[in-house]
Amino acid sequence: MTGKGGISFSLNGKAVKVDLDPMSRLLDVVREHCELPGSKEGCGEGECGACAVLLDDEPVCSCLVPLIQVRGRTVRTIEDLETGGVLDPIQEAFVEAGGVQCGACTPGILITLRALLDRNPAPNRTEVREALGGNLCRCTGYEGILRSVEALLPGGDES
Amino acid sequence: MTQPPRPREVGQSRPRIDGRDKVTGAARYVDDLNVPGMWHGATVRSPHPAARIDSIDFSRARQADPEVAAITAADLPGPNVVKLIAEDWPILAAEEVHHVGEAVAIVVAPTRERARAAADRVDVTYTEVPGALTLDDALRGDPRVGGQVNVLASSNIDWGDVDQGLADADHIVEGEYETGWQEHIYIEPQGMIAIPQDDGSVEIVGSMQCPYYVQHALAHALSLEPDMVRVRHVATGGGFGGKEDFPDMLGAHAALLARKIKRPVKIVYDRHEDIVATTKRHPSRVRIRTGVAADGRLLAQDIEVVLDGGAYITLSPVVLSRAVIHAAGPYACPNVRIQGRVLATNTVPNGAFRGFGAPQSQFAAERQMDRIGRRLGIDPYTIRERNAYRVGDTTPTGQVLKESVSAIECLQEAETRTRFRERWQQFENARANAPDDGRPVRGLGLSLVWHGSGFTGNGEQRMNSPVTIRLNEAGAVEVRVAATEFGQGTTMVLQQMVADAVGVTAADIVVVNPDTVEVPDSGPTVASRTVMVVGGILVRAGKGLADQLMQFAKSDAASPIDCGPETNELELKAGQLLDESGAVLGSFSDIAAAYVASYGTLDITERFEAMPGIEFDEETYRGAAYSAYGWACDIIELEVDPDTLAVSLTDATLVYDVGKAIHPAMCRGQVEGGTLQALGYGFMEEIKLKDGAYMNDRLATYIIPTIRDTPDMDTVLIENPTPSGAFGAKGVGEIPMDGGAPAVLSAIENATGIVAAGIPATPERLFSDRMAGRVVSNDRAGSAKPAEGGPA
Repeated sequence: MTGKGGISFSLNGKAVKVDLDPMSRLLDVVREHCELPGSKEGCGEGECGACAVLLDDEPVCSCLVPLIQVRGRTVRTIEDLETGGVLDPIQEAFVEAGGVQCGACTPGILITLRALLDRNPAPNRTEVREALGGNLCRCTGYEGILRSVEALLPGGDES
Repeated sequence: MTQPPRPREVGQSRPRIDGRDKVTGAARYVDDLNVPGMWHGATVRSPHPAARIDSIDFSRARQADPEVAAITAADLPGPNVVKLIAEDWPILAAEEVHHVGEAVAIVVAPTRERARAAADRVDVTYTEVPGALTLDDALRGDPRVGGQVNVLASSNIDWGDVDQGLADADHIVEGEYETGWQEHIYIEPQGMIAIPQDDGSVEIVGSMQCPYYVQHALAHALSLEPDMVRVRHVATGGGFGGKEDFPDMLGAHAALLARKIKRPVKIVYDRHEDIVATTKRHPSRVRIRTGVAADGRLLAQDIEVVLDGGAYITLSPVVLSRAVIHAAGPYACPNVRIQGRVLATNTVPNGAFRGFGAPQSQFAAERQMDRIGRRLGIDPYTIRERNAYRVGDTTPTGQVLKESVSAIECLQEAETRTRFRERWQQFENARANAPDDGRPVRGLGLSLVWHGSGFTGNGEQRMNSPVTIRLNEAGAVEVRVAATEFGQGTTMVLQQMVADAVGVTAADIVVVNPDTVEVPDSGPTVASRTVMVVGGILVRAGKGLADQLMQFAKSDAASPIDCGPETNELELKAGQLLDESGAVLGSFSDIAAAYVASYGTLDITERFEAMPGIEFDEETYRGAAYSAYGWACDIIELEVDPDTLAVSLTDATLVYDVGKAIHPAMCRGQVEGGTLQALGYGFMEEIKLKDGAYMNDRLATYIIPTIRDTPDMDTVLIENPTPSGAFGAKGVGEIPMDGGAPAVLSAIENATGIVAAGIPATPERLFSDRMAGRVVSNDRAGSAKPAEGGPA
């Protein structure tokens, strides 16, 4: 199944080859093998979204994705949102506008919002709610998250 | 030259200190840490609620994996107890198990997978015995104590003459109210790493609220001196009280394994194990009998509070104390009797959870106010407005409320923003005339709550917590306290408050990570006490530091400042030293550097001091139960599908008196996050039991609100300061947990006429309420039986 020498895919813009059990959870592969522990395990069964990563630009729960499924595809984790020390605007907005508290859900929420904003740069509340329906946050009541997204929009409140 | 006016740090919403690390994935939580040579632990748990342990056999586990090591109760080096209030909670069950999920043995292996596989291969044989599986069983008598009711704790308040008050009343209104379990669901499950040291000490690193609780519990369990247990806090992914008590247990397990195999050991629970094994919010039954005058004034309240404590005492006595003190709600009443008990059941111990008993007892108090209003034909706003505390009123503990009482202000602001009375009446009329066309029906609900800040009674005096502020070698100001950051913004608000107290900028303040080697025991991070209590002591220490440095600047030979002999009043402001005229004499950093060069570092340590006149008698429950109270009015608007009884929340108006918002954006975050947790508690979050085991033991079955279940929130912070708190601030962490659930049920009643008495008000439960006739008495819905009594 694996082919000799492991499974190749693109991780945060770099080609990687991983020689592990092809049924390994993508979450464990990125956290432990690739030493990118930003993605979190909140439930291990696809309910909370803390482990969300982008697979070919679509958010997926990496706890439910076996390694074999990412062969030849593109994976982006939270570690890839910041470029050259500059935060993605949505990261900046979360820090400024109360989108982050304990931080455990934050990586999954930000990566999911990045995918939303890439296809819809000015989402309304309903669209944000639809996009984040699979990401649980227990700290903010989601209002700070909605405010953070709104702060990005034209005419958005920066404070 | 005058100093340009610069806003103080307090009151500003600066970006969080830990924000950047958290949004980039750089923050390291316990499961992100690897220590060289580290192995992993796993736990063998009881499948039975009540049983004798006949044998524990590791042979299958060792055969499959010879490297596996294990510990049972027989191997413990010290007392088999997690020491909290009582000494009844075993680290590992010895002869008997008292709840499903109780730890029977712990195993350790080189990887997490091998440890978990080994735990699955441990063969334990049990003989089941009778237990009290439910609160009903407990009320009938617990087999463990010879069929008697097994009372873990009791508290009573007796104020005025309740029997006379009831006799004088025009109406007697009775109600019975029920609340279920609630699980914290911090998104990061519990985890700990224990690292044994060569000198026999042990270092604990993990996810927790209270490093010194862990140190005390482990020193006791391992029979070590406290300073042989070093506890270090790392980034913690939520707590809500759930990481107040249970980390003592998990820390003990990790430390025992680490000392046995002489290697670092990590134990991180998966979500399922976290739900199965860790403490929950106490379920409750509250019965209230209220005597009311014809005009709606309360004349007497007779209240019985029963909490389900689970199998061990943990923190139940203090949870009950807070439940009882808040049970009459924020309402003046001359005659009040409150009798509270916590009963034992064969379930996971219930423990600390945001609100700590007050959400349960105030759920009942608020539903009772709605019931009284219905009986007298008075709307929910007006019945509360008529009875809410004003300055000068006396609480059932005999405490005269002298200042910072905002119940009426919160109500009025909420009414102004929502036109509650008018719209509530419109929805009442709409319900009475509703065509049965299956279209969603709308409702508005209201709650009014209070919440005491800090420890109950003399708790703060007893702890006598020290805090330290240090001028360090680099001339920077360090805050050294045990208050932990688990999302709420502790680090940020401590930095702001100390900056203003000293007279420097927030950037001049370093908040030291809580580590028992580095910080004094300033008490646990619980009870909405950090800003008000720890902050208050820090402000005194900060002023002390500023005074000492100004004295140095003025009169020491080594001072870099020449301010002349006639200068009397100096002031430090935003990092500059000013004279009376406001002229800048020098900078804080120059003075601090000169001080350190001459005298070395400077520590200022201060301890809690009670406000004069704040006293409480814990025997009689008389006096000032808390030095300050927060006040809040929640208004919830929702839609209900008349056929399925599914509830959709649309809007929440949240008016909170916080005394002073140190960081308004984070203060709002507390109100909004706590409110959603309270709304979930009210209509979604449910644990059912089957044969003593939770049926809802994973996130697929224990449902918490998603962003799609969440109303738009209009949050208003009122600042009515208290002299007891730093900058006038009162606690804000817990009060948002109190009012959400009763407001949702009040709104469901307005929309549907169903008088739901218990939570969570799931569609199934609302349906059975309707079928049982628990509906507004003049409604056509259901069997139209008057709803004067409680649930059957």
